[in-house]
Amino acid sequence: MEKVKTLDDLKKLKEQLKSTIELREKSNNPESHVQVKVAMATCGIASGAREIMSFFMDELRKRNIDAIVSQTGCMGYCYAEPTIELTIPGHEPVVYGNVTKAKADEIIEKHIKNGILVDGIIPVTYQNINKK
Amino acid sequence: MKTKSAAWGSIIPYKNNFVMMKYKMHVLVCGGTGCKSSDSDMIAHNLRTAIDQKGLTEEVQVVMSGCFGFCEKGPIVKILPDNTFYVHVTPSDTTEIVEEHLVKGRRVERLLYKDPQRDEIISDSKHMGFYKKQVRIALRNCGFIDPESINEAIARDAYQALGKVLKEMTPQQVAEEIKKSGLRGRGGAGFPTGLKWEIASKSPGPEKYVVCNADEGDPGAFMDRSILEGDPHSVLEAMAICGYCIGASNGLIYIRAEYPLAIERLKIAINQAREYGLLGKNIFGTDFSFDIELKYGAGAFVCGEETALIHSMEGQRGEPTFKPPFPAVAGYKMKPTNVNNVETYANIPVIIMNGAEWFASYGTEKSKGTKVFALAGKINNVGLIEVPMGTKLKDVIYDIGGGIKGNKKFKAVQIGGPSGGFLTEKHLETEIDYESLTAAGSMMGSGGMIVMDDSDCMVAMAKFYLDFTVEESCGKCSPCRIGNKRLNEILEKIAQGKGTIEDLELLRNLGNVIKDTSLCMLGGSSPNPVLSTLDHFYDEYLAHVKDHKCPAGQCKALMQYIILPENCVGCTACARNCPVNAITGERKKPHVIDQAICIKCGACVEKCKFNAVVVQ
Repeated sequence: MEKVKTLDDLKKLKEQLKSTIELREKSNNPESHVQVKVAMATCGIASGAREIMSFFMDELRKRNIDAIVSQTGCMGYCYAEPTIELTIPGHEPVVYGNVTKAKADEIIEKHIKNGILVDGIIPVTYQNINKK
Repeated sequence: MKTKSAAWGSIIPYKNNFVMMKYKMHVLVCGGTGCKSSDSDMIAHNLRTAIDQKGLTEEVQVVMSGCFGFCEKGPIVKILPDNTFYVHVTPSDTTEIVEEHLVKGRRVERLLYKDPQRDEIISDSKHMGFYKKQVRIALRNCGFIDPESINEAIARDAYQALGKVLKEMTPQQVAEEIKKSGLRGRGGAGFPTGLKWEIASKSPGPEKYVVCNADEGDPGAFMDRSILEGDPHSVLEAMAICGYCIGASNGLIYIRAEYPLAIERLKIAINQAREYGLLGKNIFGTDFSFDIELKYGAGAFVCGEETALIHSMEGQRGEPTFKPPFPAVAGYKMKPTNVNNVETYANIPVIIMNGAEWFASYGTEKSKGTKVFALAGKINNVGLIEVPMGTKLKDVIYDIGGGIKGNKKFKAVQIGGPSGGFLTEKHLETEIDYESLTAAGSMMGSGGMIVMDDSDCMVAMAKFYLDFTVEESCGKCSPCRIGNKRLNEILEKIAQGKGTIEDLELLRNLGNVIKDTSLCMLGGSSPNPVLSTLDHFYDEYLAHVKDHKCPAGQCKALMQYIILPENCVGCTACARNCPVNAITGERKKPHVIDQAICIKCGACVEKCKFNAVVVQ
């Protein structure tokens, strides 16, 4: 194993290793991060949600956007899978349906980066009992 | 199915062959001693197998972490990023967790934590009363990183404080910074750590030692063990920082052999740190060299006393000697030695990184920072907690601890182990810090908190602690060796119902003599449980000696089980379960207990469904 010879070496090493526990760090305060929840029930996975989730994880990291990508259960929009729920800190969550890689790219560029809503939003049709 | 990945654990090759795993989820399995004894190794193994079967090896990382603190509910499995906190997990639950949660994204409801007071399910640990009021500084990495991976520790800034002091600070500045932070010894006495370092640094001599006291011996205390098991690098780093500050290049960790897991993880951590060159010669390219070795203790309580500890490390009998000279002047091998406790060290790196002011912003005027407590006894949430100094006792017991088990009445809490004292209902508003606990007749000690309800007899509790001290006294000085033995005999006499009023006075006088004349603090504090129960529960002692009654119904000699004829339906359940056949009676007619045969085991009370068996 290579030795850590200077403090700068250690800091560089830390930067490299940071990503290994990044997911845990962010989970400590999810509210302050962009959260992308990908519906990963049977219908979602069959429609390609796994690829979409990987796409979000890779691209957000590449584009240096601090976000938590996680999977969730079926949101009930089986006709529109893959679906994702996007929460920007301080805003209400928004659900997108029929998310392809191209759509995901658009969501990242427009909505996440610039706060502009894009086509494909599924209007909220339910009440969340967790909210008071 | 996907191929098995070699990167199951979290050891990631350094630099060039750095493998970037894109884990979507992290599953943290508690790898503390408590959860391990409930099969958490098997849980992690089964999780990995099931994850592999589902082809998710490259998406889900299973990590054995340190203790989460919520030992009452162990084994614990935490899933991130959604922060799901599964409690009482068994190895057979793992398939369901993988299939439901990891594959389908649905939480396994039956394994979620249920708040006993509000009767609601809480899935996210951040919303649990147990965690809400905690501030985790010393425990910052416990239950967060894999303690066997130096890389995960480095990702959480390990060894950066060491780099900072070596590059940017003089030894005097380090001592100054620690002094300014207000950090005081977490082993019990509360001596200012920075001052201790300064004294050792000013002691002349080319050969000095840094010692970590990991001889945690209080009954019910396990904070040091958890830190060593969950975040060993924080202690190693702090010892090196201390070495730089006082001018020592040798570190010794005195740890009891009863802590095999902590020893194992320390060994792994020391080796990893050596491989990276973070321990050893010329650390960070400077001329500072520091290395650490382990010294094993046989688990004698007195060896937590620093002079006894040093003698034990030298291969001598673990007996204390008179101070001065203090270890800072003549310690290990008669060389200047700094001895600090595990928790004290765990605070050092963050103080250096975040600054003394940051640390001092927590706590009270004279007690800064946080303190880890081990909650035990008749409390709902048994476990390890860390709260800012100045937190009210009531908040610890009711909000974090979740109140008294079985909705019984709070009677007392014993803080500070065998050297500490009891606090009662009238102390619930006390803001916990070194001074307030001492003023209330207890002490901080290492942080054991044992909670008692109204079924605990205070004479019996005092005797429990005294039994421990009598057993653990090294025997060197007579007040401790003989005095405690006599104290214990008087307590036994009282518990047997043979005590007199004069005995109570004798207890107090003898206790004070032992306190004043013992050689070390073991003897000097051993009568505290007796004296403090005499202060707060004198009526209970009186009941024992005057009325020959034990109000809590715990002293067997002073109670008897009887069957109330009006409640007894003659079901024979008690008679059938009595181990000594002391209960007789015809079916469907009231039964009777023969007091001459009864051994007072209480089996009949447990079996009776009609509340017919009572203690008198």
